[in-house]
Amino acid sequence: MTNILNVNNLKKTYKNDAGSITVLDDISFEIAEGETFAIVGPSGSGKTTLLGLCAGLDQPDNGTIELCGKELHELNEDERARLRNNKVGFIFQDFQLLPTLTAMENVSVPLELQGAKNARKVAMELLDKVGLSKRYNHYPSQLSGGEQQRVALARAFSNGPSILFADEPTGNLDEETGEKVVQLLFDLNQEAGTTLVIVTHDLDLAQRNQRILRLKGGKIMANERVVKT
Amino acid sequence: MKDSSNHKVKAGIGWLFKMAWRDGKASGSRLVLFMASIVLGIAAVVSIQSFGDTLKQNIGMQSKELMGADYLIDSDQLPNRKVHAIIDSLGGAAAMEVKFASMASFPKNNTTKLVQIRGIEGNFPLYGILDTEPAIVANDYQEQGAALVDATIMLQFNLQPGDSVKIGALTFPIAGALKSAPGSSAFTSSVAPPIMIPYRFIEDTGLLQIGSRMEYNYYFTADANTDLEKLNREVDPLLDAENADLDTHTDTSQRLGRRYENVGKFLNLVAFVALLLGCLGIASSVHIYIKEKLHSVAILKCLGASRKQTFSIFLIQIAGMGFVGGLIGTTLGAVLQYVFPLFLQDFLPFEVKISLTLTPILIGLFLGIFMSVLFAILPLLGTWYVSPLQVLRIQEGNNSKSLKATILVLTSIMVSLLLLAYGLIQNWRYALAFVLGIVLTFAVLAGFAKLLMGLIKKHFPLSWGFTARQSLLNLYRPNNQTMVLILAIGVGSFLVSTLYFTKDILLVKTNLENSLETPNIILLDVQTPQKEKVANSITERKLRLLDDIPIVTLRMHSIKGRPVNDIRLDTTSQVNQWILNHEFRVTYRDSLIASEQLLEGEWVPEATNDRPVPISLSDNVANDAMVVVGDTLVLNVQGVLMETVVGNIRAVDWGRAQLNFSIIFPKGILENAPQFHVLTTHVKDAESSARLQRELVRKFPNVSIIDLRQVIAIIEGILDKISLAINFMAFFSMLTGIIVLIGSVRNSKYQRLRESVLLRTLGAQNYQILRITALEYLYLGLFGSGIGVILSIISTQLLAVFVFETPFIPSMAPFLVLIPGITLLVLGIGLMNSRSVISSPPLQVLRKGIR
Repeated sequence: MTNILNVNNLKKTYKNDAGSITVLDDISFEIAEGETFAIVGPSGSGKTTLLGLCAGLDQPDNGTIELCGKELHELNEDERARLRNNKVGFIFQDFQLLPTLTAMENVSVPLELQGAKNARKVAMELLDKVGLSKRYNHYPSQLSGGEQQRVALARAFSNGPSILFADEPTGNLDEETGEKVVQLLFDLNQEAGTTLVIVTHDLDLAQRNQRILRLKGGKIMANERVVKT
Repeated sequence: MKDSSNHKVKAGIGWLFKMAWRDGKASGSRLVLFMASIVLGIAAVVSIQSFGDTLKQNIGMQSKELMGADYLIDSDQLPNRKVHAIIDSLGGAAAMEVKFASMASFPKNNTTKLVQIRGIEGNFPLYGILDTEPAIVANDYQEQGAALVDATIMLQFNLQPGDSVKIGALTFPIAGALKSAPGSSAFTSSVAPPIMIPYRFIEDTGLLQIGSRMEYNYYFTADANTDLEKLNREVDPLLDAENADLDTHTDTSQRLGRRYENVGKFLNLVAFVALLLGCLGIASSVHIYIKEKLHSVAILKCLGASRKQTFSIFLIQIAGMGFVGGLIGTTLGAVLQYVFPLFLQDFLPFEVKISLTLTPILIGLFLGIFMSVLFAILPLLGTWYVSPLQVLRIQEGNNSKSLKATILVLTSIMVSLLLLAYGLIQNWRYALAFVLGIVLTFAVLAGFAKLLMGLIKKHFPLSWGFTARQSLLNLYRPNNQTMVLILAIGVGSFLVSTLYFTKDILLVKTNLENSLETPNIILLDVQTPQKEKVANSITERKLRLLDDIPIVTLRMHSIKGRPVNDIRLDTTSQVNQWILNHEFRVTYRDSLIASEQLLEGEWVPEATNDRPVPISLSDNVANDAMVVVGDTLVLNVQGVLMETVVGNIRAVDWGRAQLNFSIIFPKGILENAPQFHVLTTHVKDAESSARLQRELVRKFPNVSIIDLRQVIAIIEGILDKISLAINFMAFFSMLTGIIVLIGSVRNSKYQRLRESVLLRTLGAQNYQILRITALEYLYLGLFGSGIGVILSIISTQLLAVFVFETPFIPSMAPFLVLIPGITLLVLGIGLMNSRSVISSPPLQVLRKGIR
């Protein structure tokens, strides 16, 4: 099985008025195509930064990332954006829907960016899958948190991504709604055969993945395969 | 910003428009505010441009009617044999007239008035009509031997057709009221309204005597094939040599067009300032708007949108808003041009027929899109540099725009402003001065705003009460509106008070000192034999004869040894043409007067035997004649050539309400030349003035009387009308300023709503929240209008020193009216916009967040 993500010797430092903080140091790992992968660690361990770097949202100070066969450091910002549009899906803790677009419009944006003619049809099908086809014309502010995250799920799968990055997908949801959203996420992922990378605090959620990467203070503490009992 | 991706993103321009529309729909009310910012500016520019085009068209279409002929030959002396020969060679004039100023008296109510007599022969006008009431008298007043009297005089003195008017030695029956006629400009008609009489009676009036300032006009028709320009080129030099001139109807209309073009250019600039103010509103609104959209931009980038795509979405929105704003502004402007005749009709020698032309409409639409985009680019650049990382809650201070891009955008704005200003006033120097002036004003206001924020931050009054501290805090905290509001309020106040102060200067220059030593009645054309009797009429009324100024008329014969006829033919000569053709009215005296200052040479009080005669020239005549002290001039004093030398050069304050001269002789030379006199006196009130005038007109009908108080009242009236037109344009700036203000306040409302609600949640009462807002806008209104007025005092002082050359004492009105007025307005708008903070339930806002 080939790797969809190869991370080598990653280092990231942020500068602020007080000096510089090394958020990630000497991080290396790889994720195989179709694998489900969790990144866990306490607050400030660098989980979200690592996710952002892997998805090409930022550039590391040192090290390389190969995503879907492309060396990210060789691509400029717009090229990375296009790679995301073609190969990557996102789910965020705070949903990150466009507030001025309806549910249907939010879901169809990634497809529209690709110039797909059937964007509306695919978006409606996905909204149907997440149980929100009747709310397609609602704005995010008219939806509950759980509903917004379901719309975000539909959007994440709309462009048929090869890899899906989820940043604390249940962090803003109550336990029951969170469980429903996670179930939906894994169902949709299985159906699409997408590689899944989840950043989470929730160890139960992490255990549902095939592998777990444990971070602390910007360094890898463990990279372990989950043994399903 | 090169894009070298191998991946294909197929979303085309259609998707960008779709996204712009989707997002714009949800941000509708915000976008409407941006649009409103430029609507009035565009309306102002389009209305002025349209009216200018309308005037040009009207003048072009009515050029023959304005002159009353295809061309005319004019001269300020009775044409000599050679001029008559030229007139005959052109087939003879179809009509002629002589016009001059004189007193007219109306026996019906025993009143007198300075008028312009127009003695007409032939079928004048050859084109257009004499607009009279009743209409029929335009055709038969010549036959009747009657007078057509200016309609305003008829109304003023309650005259009816059939009453009589006494002009010089003759009394004419009044045939009717003269409403308009070719050749009578609105301005001269205000000072000396026209009375038309048949030319054949002119001599018998006895009014044309030595020194009378008259103008003879010979009117011609030309057949369709005549090349008027060629005729002008061939005949004009011949006429120039005889102190006459040929004018074609196109020359006249071009001159007239240029005159109104200048007024138009000035009004254009005032309109342009309104537009700029609107653009400032756009820049500030877009700045806040885009700031709120940056998160959405980051999401879009996360989902794979490129920088170009996210930038384009909002660019399309702004351009679309600019287009709609331009469309509304253009429509409004096209309608508004119908208002201008209300202000300007009195100054126009014809009835304006308003029409719509394409150019101003295209200009309006272009300006709408161009200015919106131009001023929105800088804030829009923010979308280019926003990082998609923002969606992951990672605050990376890397969203700032590049310095290079900022400089590039600012340079483009300056260059575009310069080009637009040049387009409006067609003069690079003035355009540059205008743009620099605007930049300087904006820079001073922005600098002041920054200084204010810095000072408050540095010396923050920690001991003040909660509400006072909060309101001060609002002036410098993040997302404050101090800069944009001080700019909007400051520029508006600056404009209005500068206009007010400038009008002050103009009026002060014409104001009369009410001292017994200052003349307010001037008697012109007093002949030497009648001088003693006229003087007696004054002194018998216990009035003082203040001046007795002898006047001799003369013309230039040669300058520095070159005859003026040679200079006229020399196309390389720098000597101003008017010097060569002008009939100078000169005097002789032994001392300088208060309005004069010696610049060069020596003053010669008396010169009985000196040859050449040392004379004194005013600096403008010396400049225009290209002469310096020591150069020789030969002057033609009514047929006698007199050799003179420039003895000294004077600066003259022509603005003073007294008689000034460009050429002065020493005593002892001209005493025996044919001459007339100007006598002056001071009368204490209008009634004494009327009594004196009645007596003088009865006894000495050839003497013209100017009552300076009346003239100044007329000038004041004209300035009032002009300032009304300017104020009307400035009103656009003010109104735009208010809209920008509302926009800024509304924008800041979105930012402050949450904080106010949090304060309420924590227990703040409504009056405390209102007080915080009220104090904040009170400071902004006071500082903005105050600095605007202070800046206007500086700029008016500069105008006073360098342009008007007169002292300037600012009046209190802007301080007493403008500053409190604008402050209250700002306060009102601020409080009105805070109502929703009071009325929104805190929970609603806290749950929803701010959209």
